[in-house]
Amino acid sequence: MEYFVQQLVNGLTLGSIYGLIAIGYTMVYGIIGMVNFAHGDIFMLGGFAALIVYLVLVGLFGGIPIALALFVMIVVAMLMTGLWNWVIEKMAYRPLRGSFRLAPLITAIGMSIALSNFIQVTQGPRNKPVPPLVSSVYDVFGISISLKQIIIVMVTAVLLTIFWYIVNHTPLGRAQRATEQDRKMAALLGIDVDKTISITFVMGAALAAVAGTMYLMYYGVIVFTDGFTPGVKAFTAAVLGGIGSLPGAVLGGLMIGLIESLWSAYFTIDYKDVATFSILAVVLIFKPSGILGRPEVEKV
Amino acid sequence: MALETDTMTKDPILKVEHLSMRFGGLMAINDLSFEAYRGDITALIGPNGAGKTTVFNCITGFYKPTMGMITMRQKAGKEYLLERMSDFEVNRDAKVARTFQNIRLFSGLTVLENLLVAQHNKLMLASGYTILGLLGFPTYKAAVGESIERAKYWLDKANLTDRADDPAGDLPYGAQRRLEIARAMCTGPEFLCLDEPAAGLNPRESLALNELLRSIRKDTETSILLIEHDMAVVMEISDHVVVLEYGQKISDGNPDFVKHDPKVIAAYLGVEDDEVEEVIEQIAEIAPGDTH
Amino acid sequence: MANITNTTESAGSNLMVRALREAFYAGIVALGLFVLYVGLKTDQNILNELVLVQRWGLLATFVAIAMVGRFLAVAYVRPWFETRRAAKAAAPAAEREAGFVARNFGLLAVAALVVYPILMVALFGFQGSLKWVDNFGIQILIYVLLAWGLNIVVGLAGLLDLGYVAFYAVGAYSYALLSSYLGLSFWLLLPMAGILAALWGTILGFPVLRLKGDYLAIVTLAFGEIIRLVLINWTEVTKGTFGISGIAKASVFGIWSFDVSATNNFAKAFGLPMSSAYYKIFLFYLALALCMLAAFVTIRLRRMPIGRAWEALREDEIACRSLGINTVTTKLTAFATGAMFGGIAGSFFAVRQGFVSPESFVFLESAIILAIVVLGGMGSLVGIAVAATLMIGGTELLREMDFLKRIFGPDFTPELYRMLIFGLAMIIVMVWKPRGFVGSREPTAFLKERKSVSGSFTKEGHG
Repeated sequence: MEYFVQQLVNGLTLGSIYGLIAIGYTMVYGIIGMVNFAHGDIFMLGGFAALIVYLVLVGLFGGIPIALALFVMIVVAMLMTGLWNWVIEKMAYRPLRGSFRLAPLITAIGMSIALSNFIQVTQGPRNKPVPPLVSSVYDVFGISISLKQIIIVMVTAVLLTIFWYIVNHTPLGRAQRATEQDRKMAALLGIDVDKTISITFVMGAALAAVAGTMYLMYYGVIVFTDGFTPGVKAFTAAVLGGIGSLPGAVLGGLMIGLIESLWSAYFTIDYKDVATFSILAVVLIFKPSGILGRPEVEKV
Repeated sequence: MALETDTMTKDPILKVEHLSMRFGGLMAINDLSFEAYRGDITALIGPNGAGKTTVFNCITGFYKPTMGMITMRQKAGKEYLLERMSDFEVNRDAKVARTFQNIRLFSGLTVLENLLVAQHNKLMLASGYTILGLLGFPTYKAAVGESIERAKYWLDKANLTDRADDPAGDLPYGAQRRLEIARAMCTGPEFLCLDEPAAGLNPRESLALNELLRSIRKDTETSILLIEHDMAVVMEISDHVVVLEYGQKISDGNPDFVKHDPKVIAAYLGVEDDEVEEVIEQIAEIAPGDTH
Repeated sequence: MANITNTTESAGSNLMVRALREAFYAGIVALGLFVLYVGLKTDQNILNELVLVQRWGLLATFVAIAMVGRFLAVAYVRPWFETRRAAKAAAPAAEREAGFVARNFGLLAVAALVVYPILMVALFGFQGSLKWVDNFGIQILIYVLLAWGLNIVVGLAGLLDLGYVAFYAVGAYSYALLSSYLGLSFWLLLPMAGILAALWGTILGFPVLRLKGDYLAIVTLAFGEIIRLVLINWTEVTKGTFGISGIAKASVFGIWSFDVSATNNFAKAFGLPMSSAYYKIFLFYLALALCMLAAFVTIRLRRMPIGRAWEALREDEIACRSLGINTVTTKLTAFATGAMFGGIAGSFFAVRQGFVSPESFVFLESAIILAIVVLGGMGSLVGIAVAATLMIGGTELLREMDFLKRIFGPDFTPELYRMLIFGLAMIIVMVWKPRGFVGSREPTAFLKERKSVSGSFTKEGHG
């Protein structure tokens, strides 16, 4: 039983990271109907930004309080990836908006290849290990919960609350939802559609940066290829939850995190990704638009 | 009463019995029964949201009705229960073809190709499920020639011969409507369902459409069921009219009868319900037995 | 008159001011983008700790390039494009008669390919031609074959498949396993690999064909990953990440062998000096023959009812069903046919390498194949072949840029930039030509004259 709860905690932590990335996929999909394949690499860029900021901080101030360091890392990483995604959207995706569905997808795949190789070229191909940033572990009724896990789950919860508030209760969120429903009509009603879409990309990237920072803190290592697997998992999470649905993305992320850690704990770790992908396939076969996705009514 | 005896002698091609369709809490069609007769042009009319297109989708297999039975009887006497068949079987086996309210052409294929796709099943058989065709068997070549002849026939009927090699998406609106009907006819149907064929047409295109529909009935003995808003078209070309409102049948008969049915007038003019009752009572007093 | 020159002059100086301003903004943005990633580099010291290396000079170069680039774009490139577009709009050129080369492009290309190995041998000798025939020739032809296979699924039937590499893997492992364990010959296994892959295509396709668009895409991606992960983890059979090596070579229809020890060795039989080039040249022609067969089958299939049904499916699935077309079997045949091409390409790949491992079947491969299909122009065989040549040949050429070392110093490894440039090229080509090199579609039947269908009418499918 304790073992099981332990795995639940681990899965929850992992799932929080996936959920944060998945929101970026789902928001961009919701607003312009595009699968932003480069989003996983934005997450990786965020992790690298956090790593470099950490090294700068240590270099400048030596023993800086870790809470402050984490805060600065997160903020700089968010700004960094936000800027990157803003530029990417403007230069690579905007010219293709409204054309042919596969063109932006291929562009995004090209962007994903370019970004990861950009980091390989500029930062080198090797693993980048960092000393453990946070190492306290608490024992709660026989379950060991590390401070890292608490931070990850807390940060995710706080961000999601802020995020949910922005989308549901601010003019910006209203503009986003309106653009999502009907871009032309939103433009006619005076919403700056281009700006709204840009902001959506920036917001998604900022959340991915947080995920990247958390990932770096949790695993203590990052490498230029790290965008791919978490990216695909997060995309899977978004689809599993029902792409376009924000709660769906979080739910999907948590589910994937749980499936992974439970499968690894009770079966074999080798096949954990096979399990994840198989469950995705099975869920979609029975619920073709994901768990919380609006079922697509075939309009005849 | 006179009306009913008249219809008894006719041979129904399509029988809809106690059809109901529910979407969540909404009863789109409620216990609808009607018949369409062989060789007739039957019109299905009613105000917006009356459930006409839903009836179409049930007949053509795109929706599975919640309840009810839809029987298609072919000329040779074979009967099909359409509600049990999937959409493509309704066309392939039961020989029911349809068009769509918002035209669905293969816009990137040429007009001729559109008509060849419609003859898919016949050609598929002739090509020995592709294998003989790949090997260049002459039977397939002959079948293609025949299909092109049939396509030419319908191109001529739909007045589209000059545009045969243009992409379907490039045609003007009225021509697209006619092409969709020609394409449906290329599947060789016994029963043709047209969903608002005259919508959005200018008067000249409307005329061309009427011409096409009449020639379909005359030359091919295909029976037609059509949804239409344009009363002028309905009254001019249909033999039999069924009126729907809120998913229920409110009138059924020849155009003249329907035109003067107070329930229909009320439905179209938007009279309050109790007023309709009044009107019905008044009529019942004058001519008992004429209403049900 | 004076007035007009005045306004153009002031417009000109306005343009310069604007260009300078935009260049300044571009510089700031570039500074923001690159300050962390270019300005600082994480490196391990002797203690294996991460330390930062400062590269402010490089950062300044990046910013300068961004500023100059933006300035030139705003001040010169954009106005030039605008005047050209205006000129084009003013004088819509009469339909240009296609030149001899354009009309016979396919035939000329095949002729060039037939001559290619001979030319390479003549230029570089047997040993020197190896690289050109193998790395360029055979590799590009394999990608052409793969892309033509995926073209049936994505380009014709409009089904987005992100896991196409799975069938490539099935083909390669079918050959590798059946030839190592059962000792079956290449000529038997080549069609068998195709059939096995088609079977897998049907099995995987069946449950997922109900899904639409991006849901289908992610499930196919998942299947691709599942197959790769199984290949990695099922070590008893596949030897995991070590892969299977020593795969038997192909023979010339069983008559002459390319094994050095064999008595019917090709070189011995003809009394030629020993060289591995014969085998590569043989494989080149074999690949060419397979590609020709694939092209022939695809062209033929497009004129069959099934091919037309695929394209109709891409245009409008509901209309297809209303015309009595069983869309499930139609999709399955597209999936299976595409998979078969992939399987054949896979077994050919295995025989060429003599070695297979899961490394070769990562998602990136699926992405590259899909990119080739879209860049070439969905549905167009010629466009796809051109795209494969440019993308694969182009990145392969980057391996050959040794002279750059003389410019940038011996530390410079052009290979490192290969995939970076590949990715950027994908983006640029897509933004420049969203419909790919060949955007139009050739009709499969006509009454009077064959007119290409403009890309603006064709749809891309939602399945």
